Amino acid sequence: MVRQLIPEFERMNPGIHVIVQQIPWTAAHEKLLTAVAGESTPDVCQIGNTWVPEFAVLNSLEPLDPFVGRSHDFHREDFFDGVLKMNVIDSTLYGIPWYVDTRVIYYRRDLLREAGYSEPPRTWEGVLKLSDVMRRNANAKGIQRYPFFLPTNEWVPAIVLGMQSGGHFLKDNNTHGNFSGPQFRTAFELLAKFYHKEYSPSGMQLITNLYDSFSDGLISMYITGPWNIGEFSRRIPPRLQNEWMTAPLPSMDSISPGISLPLGTSLIVFRQSRRKEAAWKLVEFLASREQSIAFYRITGNLPPRRSAWEDTSLARNKYIQAFFKQLQRVDPLPQIAEWEQVVIKLQLYVEYIATNTLSVDEALRKFDSEVDQMLEKRRWLAERDRKP
Amino acid sequence: MSSGMRGHDNHTAAAWLFLAPSLTAIAVFFVIPVLSALVMSFTDFDIYAVGNLNVVRFMGFRNYIRIFETPLFWKALKNTFYFVLVGGPLSVAVSLGTALMVNSKLARFKPFYRTVYFLPVVTSLVAVAVVWRYLYHPAHGLLNLALSFFGVAPIDWLGNPDIAMPAIVVLAVWKNFGYNMLIFIAGLQNIPEDLYEAAHIDGAGGWRQFVDITIPMLAPTTVFVVMITVIGYFQLFAEPYIMTEGGPMNATMSVVLMMYEQGFRWWNMGFAAAIAFVLFAVILIFSILQLIIQRRLQQ
Repeated sequence: MVRQLIPEFERMNPGIHVIVQQIPWTAAHEKLLTAVAGESTPDVCQIGNTWVPEFAVLNSLEPLDPFVGRSHDFHREDFFDGVLKMNVIDSTLYGIPWYVDTRVIYYRRDLLREAGYSEPPRTWEGVLKLSDVMRRNANAKGIQRYPFFLPTNEWVPAIVLGMQSGGHFLKDNNTHGNFSGPQFRTAFELLAKFYHKEYSPSGMQLITNLYDSFSDGLISMYITGPWNIGEFSRRIPPRLQNEWMTAPLPSMDSISPGISLPLGTSLIVFRQSRRKEAAWKLVEFLASREQSIAFYRITGNLPPRRSAWEDTSLARNKYIQAFFKQLQRVDPLPQIAEWEQVVIKLQLYVEYIATNTLSVDEALRKFDSEVDQMLEKRRWLAERDRKP
Repeated sequence: MSSGMRGHDNHTAAAWLFLAPSLTAIAVFFVIPVLSALVMSFTDFDIYAVGNLNVVRFMGFRNYIRIFETPLFWKALKNTFYFVLVGGPLSVAVSLGTALMVNSKLARFKPFYRTVYFLPVVTSLVAVAVVWRYLYHPAHGLLNLALSFFGVAPIDWLGNPDIAMPAIVVLAVWKNFGYNMLIFIAGLQNIPEDLYEAAHIDGAGGWRQFVDITIPMLAPTTVFVVMITVIGYFQLFAEPYIMTEGGPMNATMSVVLMMYEQGFRWWNMGFAAAIAFVLFAVILIFSILQLIIQRRLQQ
């Protein structure tokens, strides 16, 4: 997709020739780590913004502050704050946000209307009430309905709830797990309620196809990202096209919307690159307001710059307004190289509490000890740095 | 006498010379990496170490101790044993069965069947696994469609923790039996025809001939096939990697997949290397046991 933008760049910068190499997203992370170890990295690369801490630990990313300082086009204020923060480690900027992927609720308007709601409630308390009404209505009719689908193979809902209840996933300067602390416990107990009261299915067997289940009304609300706007437009049958909508996340406090995640991808320059000036030019070009709008038009990926959202092509799309509201309140995730490993393991514990294999207390205690083991090296490094 | 010695030396030198290229290749691509991995398994080489070699620590046997303290390892080992003990015999039985059929005097179009049965072996496992994932799809898969004609409710082949591993066994057996079949066919063709003629004259029926001639005469082939299959099956990786990523609830997590995840996903190279050597030990013990049992049986 990005190939379509390149001719314009090459026209503006004669003398720079860009070779675009595609790698499947699922293999990209492993492939790039291997490339770093094998010293065969590209000049510019798109990476998931949650990978930045890992590549920074590898000492493989070029600090971008000097380039940004000289740039005319790059204004930090123009970027959504939480999104930009994902690229800053120890106050050094390593990546430029390229597109954002925050998470919002997709819901069935008709099914919520049946329960007396015009949109999802603004608090989780309200969502529980709504779910209860929907569940009871369905039971009265003798049909199977799960108001709020929280997949047991996704870590996003658990982490979103954890952030809303105050974050603090880790403690002691990110060297110990703090999931059994009061904040995350609140979040996990709320999550468990959805499974135990059967507001959400507690396994993945039932939902083999998200879009079918959504169309059938088996599920009415689901937290997901911007790519599903396209998928929903294609896969939901025409008769229901007017009946799905997006909304920002409910909140655990009185401020709306509730905090969501500033996921997405960033453009980075590898330290080993021998053409850093040219590499930066490409990054600057791709991250510019104009190109991020062009990229949105081609792919539907949402721009990380506020100014780009003023463009009519974005303003006209009714489904992305929720994303705009949501992006005003996104908080960065802990920036440690082990984070991915932590959240993948968390999914297993979500499965454990969903299926009642473990109680919330047991699950969080065990999970914390696993996290502590993952962070052992961090503790040792911190200890070593403290000594003179 | 002396010239004889010199001749011997010359032969040795020539032998070394001819062996040098392959020995070098083995040293560079096998011995050195294996030794480095062994050293690595006693360290905590990880993502921090790739960035800065000064932070590597010598761990002694702590990686190995940690492996045995990790519940996931035991789960992966159990899954792998399940795969070996169910899939291995099944694979050998299917190979032997098809070899007998293809080799039978009654069979026609032998080359055709040989090719068809061998085809999965030479097909890329990745492509095969992707296609089988479609076959296993709970809602749109051909397998469930076929079963629906018999009134069987849709089965979530790869999503159900109890069924996912058997589903992978079926795929692996289908994928691999052709190779062993060819070896069995070669073994069958080495059995002298006059043994069967003699047995026939003595009045032995087909079953007696199979039990008293075919099976004993195939024993060396069978030893080889079982050994190769078991060693291969212990290294189960690509099938769960592509089809289930070890899920659901780690029901298809294998030892090699765990090693891969630790090594290349989380970059815990020291720990992953230790897993590799534990697996090596398991395979070694298993192979020795197998040899002992087979010796006993032969005596």
